[in-house]
Amino acid sequence: MKIYGVALLAFCFLTGKFIGNLLGAAIGINGDVGGVGFGMLLLILGNMYLKRKGLLEPLTEKGILFWGSMYIPVVVAMSATQNVKAAISEGPIAIIVGVVVTISGFFLVPLISKIGRKKQND
Amino acid sequence: MEIIEKLVDKNGLIFAFLVVGVIMWASYWISKNILRKKIPGVAIAIIVGLMLAFFGDKKGIADISLFSGMALLGGSMLRDFTVVSTAMGADLNKIKQAGLAGTVGLFVGVIFSFFLGVILASILGYTDAVSLTTIGAGACTYIVGPVTGSALGASSDVIAISIATGVVKVIVTTIGTPIIAKKIGLDNPHSAVVFGGLMGTTSGVAAGLAATDPKLVPYGALTATFSTGLGCLLCPSIFYFIINAIWG
Repeated sequence: MKIYGVALLAFCFLTGKFIGNLLGAAIGINGDVGGVGFGMLLLILGNMYLKRKGLLEPLTEKGILFWGSMYIPVVVAMSATQNVKAAISEGPIAIIVGVVVTISGFFLVPLISKIGRKKQND
Repeated sequence: MEIIEKLVDKNGLIFAFLVVGVIMWASYWISKNILRKKIPGVAIAIIVGLMLAFFGDKKGIADISLFSGMALLGGSMLRDFTVVSTAMGADLNKIKQAGLAGTVGLFVGVIFSFFLGVILASILGYTDAVSLTTIGAGACTYIVGPVTGSALGASSDVIAISIATGVVKVIVTTIGTPIIAKKIGLDNPHSAVVFGGLMGTTSGVAAGLAATDPKLVPYGALTATFSTGLGCLLCPSIFYFIINAIWG
């Protein structure tokens, strides 16, 4: 049943967020540190485990894949609910700092991507 | 008319599904028929979203009551839930291989964004350590800025600037990523992991990668999600001491 997949996803999501909040509390930040990342790792591991045991039914998988395909529409809705006006009306400083930092950041990607790449042939 | 308003008001999320569906359909149509797929449909849809956000204020278009459901559909709960679900398509071996580079990217991203932000703010006329640190923190993500600012007791206009800086970063990352992806070799999981850590903004990374190649989203999101936490940890503490020692 598809709901099994959705439930598995919800379990990974909540457990990941819980770990993220514990980590946040441990280092003295009132919030979530990497909760989404932990949730993703849990889902990857759970997916691998269930597949190996042959327990992952196609319908269960579909329940998770549906939410994965909803991701782009969610991002579109997210863009439409950003405080775009403030970003522009706070004057040049926010725009200058934001633009320069982001564009400079882009160019660091190829430099740091070199790390740990030697063995890769493709 | 009144009946329709009531109906939409009660079913905000469902109406948001319809609105986003129409935006997606129109964007893909424009991409295919007018722009000959030179700009991906996803990128157009996101830009349309950003333009719609102009009609509102703090919560973008969701400030208009008719579109209040957009805040739920585009809020952090569903964003994080769908981002986690994309991990189904991720390959653990590729993540392991990029682990070291991703971690380096994460630290470099926070350190680089912060100090470049501080230097720019000082050139633009800020001289006190608290304001400089807060604006630098805003250059990490729009959450690190206000968290740092309130921890250090920055003034509310400086905190507003730090949030705005972070939002500008989201927008530039969203629009810029598909344009620059090829030039910076962003076409594989390895560099997507690095990219996520470097840019730090989960929203921007997720949207930018979606517009570039949806297959890369889980890899970028995985590292980006740690960036805000790392920024909130470093900016009000070590980084503030450093800035205070130089400008204080």
